[in-house]
Amino acid sequence: MDAQGMPAARGIQAGIDRTPAQTASGTWLEHVHGWIITVDHKRLGIMYIVLGLVFLLVGGLEAMLIRIQLAVPHNTFVSPYTYNRLFTMHGTTMVFLVGMPLIFGFGNYLVPLMIGARDMAFPRLNAFSFWVAAFGGILLYYSFIGGNGLAGTGTAPDVAWFAYAPLTEKAFSPGHTVDYWAVSIFVSGIGSIGTAINILATVFCMRCKGMTLMRLPLLAWLYATVSFLVLVAVSPLTAAQAMLVIDRYLGGHFFDTQAGGSAILWAHFFWIFGHPEVYVLVLPAFAFANEIIPVFSRKAIFGYEAMVAASVGIGFISLGVWAHHMFTIGMTSFGNAFFTLSTMLVSIPTGIKTFNWLATIWGGKVRFETPMLFSIAFLFQWVLAGLTGIMLSVSAWNWQLHNSYFVVAHFHYVLVGAIVFMIFAAIYYWYPKMTGRMLDETLGKWHFWLMVLGFHMTFDVMHFPGLLGMPRQIYTYEPDRGWNTLNFIVSVGGFIQAIAILILVYNMVHSYFRGREAGPDPWDAWTLEWATPSPPPPYNFPVEPEVSSRRPLWDLKHPEDPDSAFE
Amino acid sequence: MATVPLQHAKSDAEWRQPSRGVVAMASLITAESAIFTIFVTAYLYNLGRDVSGPTPKQVLEVPWFYSVCLLSSSGFIVLAEHAIEHARMGAFRLWWAVTILLGLIFLYGTGAEWHKLIVHDHLTISTNLFGTTYYSLVGLHASHVVVGLLMMLVVLAFALTRHVRPEHAYRIKVLALYWHFVDAVWVVVFTVVYLVGRS
Repeated sequence: MDAQGMPAARGIQAGIDRTPAQTASGTWLEHVHGWIITVDHKRLGIMYIVLGLVFLLVGGLEAMLIRIQLAVPHNTFVSPYTYNRLFTMHGTTMVFLVGMPLIFGFGNYLVPLMIGARDMAFPRLNAFSFWVAAFGGILLYYSFIGGNGLAGTGTAPDVAWFAYAPLTEKAFSPGHTVDYWAVSIFVSGIGSIGTAINILATVFCMRCKGMTLMRLPLLAWLYATVSFLVLVAVSPLTAAQAMLVIDRYLGGHFFDTQAGGSAILWAHFFWIFGHPEVYVLVLPAFAFANEIIPVFSRKAIFGYEAMVAASVGIGFISLGVWAHHMFTIGMTSFGNAFFTLSTMLVSIPTGIKTFNWLATIWGGKVRFETPMLFSIAFLFQWVLAGLTGIMLSVSAWNWQLHNSYFVVAHFHYVLVGAIVFMIFAAIYYWYPKMTGRMLDETLGKWHFWLMVLGFHMTFDVMHFPGLLGMPRQIYTYEPDRGWNTLNFIVSVGGFIQAIAILILVYNMVHSYFRGREAGPDPWDAWTLEWATPSPPPPYNFPVEPEVSSRRPLWDLKHPEDPDSAFE
Repeated sequence: MATVPLQHAKSDAEWRQPSRGVVAMASLITAESAIFTIFVTAYLYNLGRDVSGPTPKQVLEVPWFYSVCLLSSSGFIVLAEHAIEHARMGAFRLWWAVTILLGLIFLYGTGAEWHKLIVHDHLTISTNLFGTTYYSLVGLHASHVVVGLLMMLVVLAFALTRHVRPEHAYRIKVLALYWHFVDAVWVVVFTVVYLVGRS
């Protein structure tokens, strides 16, 4: 087929594959069977994303129930027991069953395409990791109906997402609530480690010709960093879960304080995982920003090398900050000073990244389409979340506000304002590649503005009940504390966000059938995934591509002014 | 097909990347090291915090012989790697079998030690904090020895039926990396449990 208007000059021949995307054939059952047995990184990526979005709706529903309960004082919408289960399941779901599948889904789908590979390094390990992670999710939710039934909410975990010992010991949590929590996280942790190994091997060993490390798309660099963090941070959690299960099933004493075991040790082990986990989730958000902001600013990324250094630097620093979650547990003044300073150190590489994004937008011909709108909101919100982070890193300030709603507002500012916003940007940006159809731009704008409105109503306002002394994880409060109006506004904002997300879901389903045809390269972008048809064929690239700059498709479209001339 | 690759003048230059087996095994070893670090930390942190006996000093004996067996197996697996790289299949089978034998002897040593502790000293995983941390850490290592032995026995079966050939040297090398890791971890576990823990 001819390259349709692509200039085939100077020996560079058109690399954009304009083969029409193949349509599925076979019965419905054969189709489902094909998805179940697949080892194709694109199908597994899409299944990860769908899994994450389904659990996003479930975890979101739990958040709404929490907000109904807290909207007015002395509410009796749910019982205290149910409330404990709701916030435990909300937190566990959002981190392990929404965040991880979504970031691994995009990583699976994009990393091989962006580095010009035909699949991940280990396709069958990839399928194994996905199904193990999915099993972990199903196991966690089986707790609602398993064991002794649905009344209340069955045996759903009720020990908060960090599950501090010794509450999780057999003496204080009889029954199987903690077992569901520990085993399902253990199992999905195995899946995460498998995927991390796979991504590292893919990024370092499967690059197409000419794709040197300094020409890697920044997304691939960030996913390599994330995968390293998963290896060294999720593994300790897996080990700690094994200890918890040994305590509960074999009568061990790791966290059994009566036999000399230590509850503080659990807190250390959990946060050695817990804090790097924040970066496991936020670095992919940076990765999406690194790809989307340049394309919609019509400029190459500013300071590529500094971005790589800052990303890897954040990865390493994040391993040495965990005890800032534990200032109130009590540490030596040396410990307090160390973790205050190491936490503040994170702001240096993140500052580098923020300024580089701003410099990328500066002077660009900015196109304000939905992915870019979400990216700009992300920049703004990420900086604010970082500022409250610096406040909380000061141990003396932290003693005042620990486990208050100020902390809840701070980490939701990161998780929703930065991570979820960039995941939405990524959905709008890559949905056309995955399905061959554009998402509706008008619905996208509605989604964006409602999301911004709801987000700021909820999470800006949520800081104030925290400053006024409202602790987290309480199922209700007295009417005379001055928290009433604030909590009501927070709840209303929550529902506005829920409506925004339902618009996204409608948009995704509707556009899948009725959306505008996307073609291979709807955003006029520069990385290799846009050189394939939408959706790409199972083999990705009919001929293995070869690159000579960071923006191979720019070189292709602008043979008179290729990036490779400036390397 | 409808496309031609993006081509540039440098395309003839040699394109080398690290091998995925080695990168993946190094990643797995990184993850496993993190797991062992947590168990070792728990062991050291809980030393001497027990409220009841027995203590490590009362019941543990230093397993010098079995440790020498395991650590020397790392040397024999290097000989096996070397042999298959040079297509000396007879020598490969011999050194491979010796490695497995030494691993089995080590595993017997752990089994005998546990038997003595359980039957004679009445120390189980639930007896006290020492029992919990000791059986977890040594058991975690022993389970890695078992996994390594299973993988090596599969290779031995294929080697004896002449299915392992010199072109598989690279895969043997990746598997040997895992075994070296299992041995290196024993140096740490040995130091922590039998040298530091008993003093």
